Amino acid sequence: MSQAIAVEARNAVKAFGQGDAVVRALDDVSVEIRQGEFFTLLGPSGCGKTTLLRLIAGFEMPTSGTILLEGADITYLPPNKRPVNTVFQSYALFPHLTVAENVGFGLQMQGRPQAEVKETAARMLALVKLEQMANRKTSQLSGGQQQRVALARALAPKPKVLLLDEPLSALDLKLRKEMQIELKRLQTETGITFIFVTHDQEEALTMSDRIGVMSAGKLQQVGPPKDIYTRPVNRFVASFIGDTNFLQATVEADGLRLSSGELIEAPAGLAQGRKVTAIVRPEQVRLVNSAELGAVTATVQNMVYFGTDTHCYMTLADGTEVMARLQTTATGDADLTQGQNVALRFAPGSVQVLED
Amino acid sequence: MANRGFDTAKLPGFTPTAIFVFVALYLPIFMLVFYSFNAGKAVGIWEGFSLQWYGKAWANDHVKDATLRSIVIASVAAVVSTIVATMAALGTTRRKEFKGQTFIYMMINQPLMVPEIVTAVALLIFFAWIKVATGYQGLGYLIVAHSAFCIPFAYLPIRARLEGMDLTLETAATDLYGSPWQVFRYLTFPLLLPGIIAGMMLAFVTSLDDVVITLFVKSAGQDTLPTYMLGQIRRSISTEIYAISTVLLGLTVALLTAFFLLTRKKE
Repeated sequence: MSQAIAVEARNAVKAFGQGDAVVRALDDVSVEIRQGEFFTLLGPSGCGKTTLLRLIAGFEMPTSGTILLEGADITYLPPNKRPVNTVFQSYALFPHLTVAENVGFGLQMQGRPQAEVKETAARMLALVKLEQMANRKTSQLSGGQQQRVALARALAPKPKVLLLDEPLSALDLKLRKEMQIELKRLQTETGITFIFVTHDQEEALTMSDRIGVMSAGKLQQVGPPKDIYTRPVNRFVASFIGDTNFLQATVEADGLRLSSGELIEAPAGLAQGRKVTAIVRPEQVRLVNSAELGAVTATVQNMVYFGTDTHCYMTLADGTEVMARLQTTATGDADLTQGQNVALRFAPGSVQVLED
Repeated sequence: MANRGFDTAKLPGFTPTAIFVFVALYLPIFMLVFYSFNAGKAVGIWEGFSLQWYGKAWANDHVKDATLRSIVIASVAAVVSTIVATMAALGTTRRKEFKGQTFIYMMINQPLMVPEIVTAVALLIFFAWIKVATGYQGLGYLIVAHSAFCIPFAYLPIRARLEGMDLTLETAATDLYGSPWQVFRYLTFPLLLPGIIAGMMLAFVTSLDDVVITLFVKSAGQDTLPTYMLGQIRRSISTEIYAISTVLLGLTVALLTAFFLLTRKKE
């Protein structure tokens, strides 16, 4: 069951404007979202993630391509006929209705009996821990409470897929962290497929089963958070998620020859002589004894203290910039000073080569 | 307010100008209201408090007749123009911007811009032609004319209310399985209702108060309250008219206060 496909976009294209001014908000996007999955669309603003969400919700029709819900073509079905509900960035709670009436709205529109509407609304409010607020007006609630009402309202009609359009962006940091945990709990409890749109990489990494990274209307990479972080396929994904050191290198028989001259360990299966861009995450950079084999020499440029760790900015022999995240130890680090020469090593298996 | 910078209230002559304008605006009205309670007949000579002119106006069959006609016309015109204005407001705000949008706004608000006398003459000629063709002489002409020029007065507050309403709300209601009719019935209409009532009241007051178009369009014996008053005052200044004016003033102030309360923002 968990591997069945809930939503599928096939070659979805959405173009706005006409003639020379055409903007392709979505450029040939194909993706399969599995049932019961917490799927995140991650990307900077204007990357097309919200457009894809709106196509799934039915608020927009694609210029070409198909949207499938559990195998059925819903490309041109109006939003009120799709078993898909949305949590809006602005919450869009109905100001003239009480909290309970807001939550029951979907079921009421479907023409369910009053008793069922009331019972479900009460159950949903219990699920988001707002039982006491049932008869309040929505304007009397705090931002976090309004967020929960919006969630309860969208979940009440038991949609096949719940779409969340940057729902946490209006909350302050502490509340946002709480809601991240809350959302994950709701998703597990209800078993409903969640499609979550965000530009916040941390939100995406902590909550998702899988992430789809988008940029310039295209899906760049789809995979579990760990894959996206440790094995980004291209420069965009590598730089958008986390901090990354980019190293220019040439593949040789026994490793990668860096542009600065040193030879380092290479991932297997690369064609010899190829010029590649290698990446390594800052936490995989270690300072070592300069006599050690395979050590890369560098010059310290700057140190920035962050509490749990210290960011050490360095340059290699050819000027390539490398940043290391050095964990703070109980005794404190050996004080590095600007201009000091050091030796680096990259943790085994941590160097990745970008595909493009 | 900060002390530095430009402050209109500190310009030389501001206070005298303000006082002059308020006196010019309100002194005549105050005089009118004051002398409507005068026991005597002459303006400017106070002979003691009395409600006799109110009694006389109330007993006057012409006044009763004209008042009833005014209320019938204003009520029908207010309802008709509000329905049309609501549809126009929905049609011009609940969609993406389109070419010629400004032109449509101007067309809807035409009665606010074209001199009323021009509309009045045009209607006179147009209705005369229909009268000849059909033989109908009834109140219908006045009702149609009033409904038409009341539209912009009803349209403006309704549109203002709609523009302050987040379109996402309607998107959300559609997402929650509301058909277009259900979305209107359970979301747009209840949220719009204060604007609709405000528009209707403004249209009612505008119709009640109209002289120019009514004078040109009405047939013999179809006096409304304002045209009756005009006719009376031309012959001799009757203190009865003061009493009627004061009642009209009271009604208008009450309706406009209600309008203000309905359209002001909460919070």
